[in-house]
Amino acid sequence: MPLHRQGVISGIGETAYSKLSRKSVLALHLEASLAAIADAGLHPTDIDGILPYGGVGVVAEDFITNFGLRDVRLSANTPLGGASPVAAVQTALAAVASGICRHVLIPIGRNGASGGRISTRLREMPQFRAQAEFELPMGAFAPAQIYAPMARRHMELYGTTSRHFAEIAVSTRDNALLNGNAMMTTPLTVEAHQSSRLIADPFHLYDCSLESDGGAAVIVSRADCARDLRQPLIEILGVAEGHPDSPSSITQRPDLIPIGLDKAAPRAFAMAGVTHKDIDVAEIYDCFTYVVLRQLEALGFCGLGEGGPFVASGAIRLKGALPINTHGGLLSQAHLVGMNHIVELVRQLRGTAGRAQVKEARIGLVTGYGDMGDGSIAILARA
Amino acid sequence: MNTPLPPRPSPEPTVDSLPYWTGLREHRLCLQQCAACGTTRHYPRPLCATCFSSAVTWINAQGTGEVHSWTVAHHAFHPAFKSELPYTLVTVDLPEGVRILAPFRGDSADLRLGLPVRLIFEEILPELTLPAFIRG
Ligand SMILES: [Zn+2]
Repeated sequence: MPLHRQGVISGIGETAYSKLSRKSVLALHLEASLAAIADAGLHPTDIDGILPYGGVGVVAEDFITNFGLRDVRLSANTPLGGASPVAAVQTALAAVASGICRHVLIPIGRNGASGGRISTRLREMPQFRAQAEFELPMGAFAPAQIYAPMARRHMELYGTTSRHFAEIAVSTRDNALLNGNAMMTTPLTVEAHQSSRLIADPFHLYDCSLESDGGAAVIVSRADCARDLRQPLIEILGVAEGHPDSPSSITQRPDLIPIGLDKAAPRAFAMAGVTHKDIDVAEIYDCFTYVVLRQLEALGFCGLGEGGPFVASGAIRLKGALPINTHGGLLSQAHLVGMNHIVELVRQLRGTAGRAQVKEARIGLVTGYGDMGDGSIAILARA
Repeated sequence: MNTPLPPRPSPEPTVDSLPYWTGLREHRLCLQQCAACGTTRHYPRPLCATCFSSAVTWINAQGTGEVHSWTVAHHAFHPAFKSELPYTLVTVDLPEGVRILAPFRGDSADLRLGLPVRLIFEEILPELTLPAFIRG
């Protein structure tokens, strides 16, 4: 069954983002989910599908218990790390289009700042088993250290520079200052980026995303079940996920440059029936600045190796040809594993993005990236 | 009083990887070669992705290689590595057709793609020997 336009994002919700929530991870999930349900004009008991983010200890049963749900028809995980929330949109769309569900909740909550550090949990994750056994004893622990050789090779092959990375960090920060629910509230300059301490060369501190406490959620509804809801319809035109070759170890990848999005993006564009020229705004997963640059290439906004000059042209600024990460992203708003990117894209397409609103935004895309290069993408449009 | 550092993380060998770790203790870098089709693979795992055979012979890497990429760690994500900062990790193409990530002992300013390097062995703990590289 073709999935094109069979589902919509009917509701979005988020909590305050901070370094110290003083709430449980479950409470953050529930707060964001109730906000998304109210935003859609639904009642909690309308939810009949739940796709929780794996790995934070919250399961569908928690929602059944707290919301008193009587007839949940689907619970599943999409274990793609930072690509999970957008990949869950694909799973949710398949579920509503095939008639399994009417309203699927995709929630996340975490105490990434005040709880355990995101960066040091590799060993407990099966998708990092090879990394943990063979590279962790050498001193390669954290995503910053694992992704740095990809960025270094891109720099050596194509002339990409740290100043290109700085342009991504600075423009993202500028957008965060307009948001009102962003953890970073002071401007960043290229000079401050360049002089910030090195974490894992070539990554400086300001190339790395935040650690955050908070919750966010979206609801995917079957198109014909959403017509009478509160919000303008935001249709899902295209969606896809993709996995890199040798996903369990970047070192053993045939080529360090390709990522899952290289495979997923053409499929999503084909399903959507649009090209990159039709995209008014893009929310690009930004765990590290380099990861944004490489995804811009994978999406076709510029050629392979041209990401540096593309961002240096000013294209990604709020007033540029392709405004990206209009909420401040993981780099400057909060690290909600990209659920906040979906929330922001929906706001942009509804025309409710406040001071960061892109004029006449009608079609946009959101990506996810995680677990050493898994990729996901959703292309959305105001109906 | 100083709190003792958490121990340096040690590998937990599996039935597939035990010969690799044992080889390192004997100063050999052992790689899996498919006994059916001859494809060399790394890191150790149960199946050949070319012919799906699980039959394996172990070969010794000759000990040369070329730099594929690198990073220099300036932040210790584990307390046991704090005293080693900054340390360089190189991704190295081996002539056997696989790659390995290991510390580089030398000046990171010398590094460039394709730089020849040579394998050495470092005895970290009585039961743990790790590979490392120097300029070739
Ligand atoms: Zn074989």
